[in-house]
Amino acid sequence: MLSKEVHFDYLIRQADNCLILGQRLGEWCGHGPVLEQDIAMTNISLDLIGQSRSLYQYAAKIQGDGKSEDDLAYLRDVLQFRNFLLVEQPNEDFGYTVARQFFFDVFNYHFYKELAANSNDEQLVNIAVKSLKEVSYHVKWSSEWIIRLGDGTDESHERIQAAVNDRWPYTGEMFIPNQTDEEALKLGIGIDLVKIKPLWDKMVSDTLAEATLEKPEASWMHQGGKDGRHTEHLGYILADLQFLQRAYPGASW
Amino acid sequence: MIEEKVQIEKLWEILESVKDPEIPVLSVVDLGVVREISEQSGQVIVTITPTYSGCPAMNVIEEDIKSTLQQSGYEVTVETVLSPAWTTDWLSANGRKKLEEFGIAPPAEGSQNKRVLFGDEPIVRCPNCKSTATKMVSQFGSTACKAHYKCKDCLEPFDYFKCI
Repeated sequence: MLSKEVHFDYLIRQADNCLILGQRLGEWCGHGPVLEQDIAMTNISLDLIGQSRSLYQYAAKIQGDGKSEDDLAYLRDVLQFRNFLLVEQPNEDFGYTVARQFFFDVFNYHFYKELAANSNDEQLVNIAVKSLKEVSYHVKWSSEWIIRLGDGTDESHERIQAAVNDRWPYTGEMFIPNQTDEEALKLGIGIDLVKIKPLWDKMVSDTLAEATLEKPEASWMHQGGKDGRHTEHLGYILADLQFLQRAYPGASW
Repeated sequence: MIEEKVQIEKLWEILESVKDPEIPVLSVVDLGVVREISEQSGQVIVTITPTYSGCPAMNVIEEDIKSTLQQSGYEVTVETVLSPAWTTDWLSANGRKKLEEFGIAPPAEGSQNKRVLFGDEPIVRCPNCKSTATKMVSQFGSTACKAHYKCKDCLEPFDYFKCI
């Protein structure tokens, strides 16, 4: 791979993670269990979509063929998306949404922190430093809900445990390096996933323990999202997200 | 040189009239969103930075800055930078006062001391009755930059401009 391709692929993956999870959280708008949490989820969605914009704008600049952030978000199809399989999984109930968010937030927190400390890409560092402030609030929200649901009623405990168990096999992919991860690390743009895996493990283990939940056993992990091989869900998300541009190509206001 | 300095100061004064569309008592200068103003042969460059990455007010702020300065006869370009990242510490003293009068509790001072992650809750004063017996309802409020609080004394709900 050319270094420009590695750079673009590395940026677009994180942009896609933020966009797709932001879109998923947006599905809760008007459907939250209580008003405050409806607002919390859409606020987190807004932060993530904001981060994806910064990353898409920068990725478009790196690509340098005149495309804009909108082209990248609205005019690519499933196979060109590079997000983790985790973030495209359905909302199901509030517990599943919290479990997915918690696993991603803890990753995102350590990912941005490590980028901020060690990446040699100045603009990516700027985006990471900015995003880290927002993600600190996200981690706090999702970990508090893990604890509240886990250490809550029998029913909430049982349901959040089921959600944690079911989403667990999607967490491994975040830390299994693909070619882009390896080359981005060599170029000094990207981070060493080996370094943040134990930090993620510790925060997740501590929070699950406090929530009186069992940490799932190490198991077989799904992967493919980072290379464009997705679950069936992504197609449906994009059909919704890209509806306007598909129905009315070039529409703007 | 002196003339140029006077000119730039005048531009800062003009921008005092551009308000945050979500919090109309605060100007973009009070908010710390305007980072720099420079001028070169009639062309003004205003550098702004977003409060939050996804803040939907940024486009409106950019347009308002442009149109306000254009009305005063300047040619304007607005540039957005992400670094240094915006912090609530940049709110002016005047801005903090105006926020409280408007009914929004200003952020706790000194972001270096804030322990956002699993940290202590800041002491937040109710903007209505000034009691510090307040309770956080949700870290996420009516806009990206605010948390939702409740006063235990006067029982009024209120917004808190949260630290970042």
